[in-house]
Amino acid sequence: MTFRSPSPASPALLLRTAHPLLTPHLSLLTLLVLTLPAHAARIGDISETSLWEQALRFFTFQDPAVRYALLGSMLLGISCGLLGSFLVVRKMALVGDALSHAVLPGVALGFLWNMSKDPVAIFIGATLAGLLGAGAVHLIKQTTRLKEDTALGLVLASFFAVGICMVTMIQRLPTGNKSGIDKFLFGQAAAIGAADVQLMAVVTGLAVVVIAVFYKEFLVTSFDAGFARAVGLPVQAFHYGLMLLLAFAVVIALQAVGVVLVSAMLITPAAAAYLLTDRMHRMLLLASLFGMAAGALGAFLSFLGNNLPTGPFMVLAATAVFGAAFLFGPRHGVLARWWRQRSRAARIQRENTLKAIYHVLEARNFLGEGVSFSELAERRRETEEEIELQARSLARHELATLPGEGDALFLTPAGWQTACAIVRNHRLWELYLTHTAQIAADHVHEDAEKIEHVLGEVVVRELERRLNYATKDPHGKVIPAVPVTLDAKPEATPGYGRSL
Amino acid sequence: MTELIPPFEFHRIFVTPWTQDFASSVWIAAMGFLVATACGLVGNYLILRRMALVGDAISHSILPGIAVAFLISGSRGSWPMFIGALVAGAVTTVLIEVIHKKSRVKQDAAIGIAFTSLFAIGVILISLFASKVDLDQECVLYGEIAFIPLEGMVELAGLKLGPPSVVRMAVVTLVVALLIGLFYKELLVSSFDPALSFSLGINSTFVHYALMAMLSVVVVSAFEAVGAILVIAMLILPGATATLLSNRFPVMLALTVLHAALSSVLGLHLGVWLNCSLAAAMVVAATGLFVLAWVFAPEQGLVSRFFGGRDVVTMPPNSAEAPQ
Repeated sequence: MTFRSPSPASPALLLRTAHPLLTPHLSLLTLLVLTLPAHAARIGDISETSLWEQALRFFTFQDPAVRYALLGSMLLGISCGLLGSFLVVRKMALVGDALSHAVLPGVALGFLWNMSKDPVAIFIGATLAGLLGAGAVHLIKQTTRLKEDTALGLVLASFFAVGICMVTMIQRLPTGNKSGIDKFLFGQAAAIGAADVQLMAVVTGLAVVVIAVFYKEFLVTSFDAGFARAVGLPVQAFHYGLMLLLAFAVVIALQAVGVVLVSAMLITPAAAAYLLTDRMHRMLLLASLFGMAAGALGAFLSFLGNNLPTGPFMVLAATAVFGAAFLFGPRHGVLARWWRQRSRAARIQRENTLKAIYHVLEARNFLGEGVSFSELAERRRETEEEIELQARSLARHELATLPGEGDALFLTPAGWQTACAIVRNHRLWELYLTHTAQIAADHVHEDAEKIEHVLGEVVVRELERRLNYATKDPHGKVIPAVPVTLDAKPEATPGYGRSL
Repeated sequence: MTELIPPFEFHRIFVTPWTQDFASSVWIAAMGFLVATACGLVGNYLILRRMALVGDAISHSILPGIAVAFLISGSRGSWPMFIGALVAGAVTTVLIEVIHKKSRVKQDAAIGIAFTSLFAIGVILISLFASKVDLDQECVLYGEIAFIPLEGMVELAGLKLGPPSVVRMAVVTLVVALLIGLFYKELLVSSFDPALSFSLGINSTFVHYALMAMLSVVVVSAFEAVGAILVIAMLILPGATATLLSNRFPVMLALTVLHAALSSVLGLHLGVWLNCSLAAAMVVAATGLFVLAWVFAPEQGLVSRFFGGRDVVTMPPNSAEAPQ
């Protein structure tokens, strides 16, 4: 990823004004909080309604429970997307996984505080457990020879097991069974209440403000810790700050996504955003948007089927977004890459045909303009059908015309220019290799065949200068000048208008 | 709190399981031991190869395979389950590779995306068809080691071997132990020194995929007993504990087995005392053993390092890793 190079001035001089990142997030947050309704009912209370009725109920937003579920899901999407982005660019995706499993005993403890689903108690308990887990990973790595992956797996599994023990013990209690603590495992957006949404809004707001205010510091410590240390930033402090925010994001997402799948909400939207942009602030925005969309979609889908867990649906919605970015991303998408490769291969093919035309013309001392297919086929050792296909491709790109019966090619000015440029690149490179790199003249052709298609204008100028504007290649052939024609299209001209 | 943690009654916790409930206790302990042994043996290699989290990914992502196998075959037959899990395991490996190779997403994120998506599909399938399959979310989370059916003991030549699930797990454990014994050198060399293994003519790719296949088989056979998530603990904890106690690989393998036995028996008693999920209790006991090893290990333990004053066998810190 490329970023504006951070200011080398002291950290005090780093920008502290409100970052552009802050504005859209804050306005969205205010909107979400303002629409908070006052009462709540449980969606789960109503059962046996048809799919369409459920969908209607969802989209009319009459039911406050629906509004809570939707708001909560969107809020958690924002905070998870924001903080997950830092995990993804720091290659710490699986730290998120370990952290999210490790909060389970804290959830159970928070629940035991007064035997109810008190959001604040659960929040505190889960955050403590998450931080304890992160600390344990750090300690195991520091004091044993176990590697990071083992330490993560250890903490993940053992904390989770302790949590499961406690959850099964709570469920055994007379009051515990109806407590809904099992909803924390796979998530149930319908269980989100007014107090939950308020807590989520506060935490998400905090995350947005902290990241916006310390944006540069987080950026520098994430991408270049050495530089950050050199300018005197407390790298460790920012690392732990990020861990704390991450624990917050995981904990507020628990109710809706569940302990088991929370890590996906951290990783997947952020990874999708990572595929679409090279700028961190855009990635943060996109990731929170994707997270929000996945949250809303997951809440909706799980609402359609009454008692389905929400977490898996949100995760699949996020995966769908990732899949779309993976396939159709404009720059890093699989399709875009495939298309680029294909068009590059086609261009090289056209340039090779033009070169062959030049060779044919050169062999007869540039007498006569047209080049017949049979001449070309002989030159390129291909069948006339293959040559015809290539000729049509040239004609499509207005590099040549096929007048009359269509069995001969006439180059257009642009075609002639391109042909000259390619041959020029080839011969210049051969000369450079024999002349400067002292490679035998019969060993340079293969290399020049490859490089002739990629040499940029600046390099060609430099080659010409170094070779003293030579006019003959090592085999004694003339290095053609590239004719300047006003109506020629520079797009298809190697060495002109294209950089390496 | 008092109602949450039952009083510590020695007789109820340590004597009753082996007198009144002998039949079920012995099979539960045996099952726990077998699962932990099979997982721990394979897990040792995962730890060596720094693939502990691949184990995590595979154990999560076999869930849709198992769910689909249940839906199609309508039963808990072993073969459909094995096939489904192997297919799901292969799909995960391929997905991770594709995401990692075809885009600029790094491997850790690719693992995270692949296994959570597959696990989500599995959970949805199970929730949608919960009434049709004999499989629920609780089973996914912590297995049903406490409910080993005691009827229909497998008999061989008139000798009662044990309940079918235990016998199946025993076969898997034996096969794993046998394979490790047979290919000990190959596994060891390719795990420690890929370059040497290449020069010795050992096909590292084949060893890798064989290990993955073994992992899938072990994880799916452990699934019924301990569920899809606690199995990670079974994979990593024995090996990690053994790593802290010894520098020699054969000793580590032996310690793995010892750790498996101790944690299964201790976990059984812990579970009986606290009246909680037995599989989770076994993992908690295993964690306790790990912490003991961490603190008191003769050479690498915190105590001996603190008092010994010499910095023993710590690997050089990997500067490329992000700080934790």
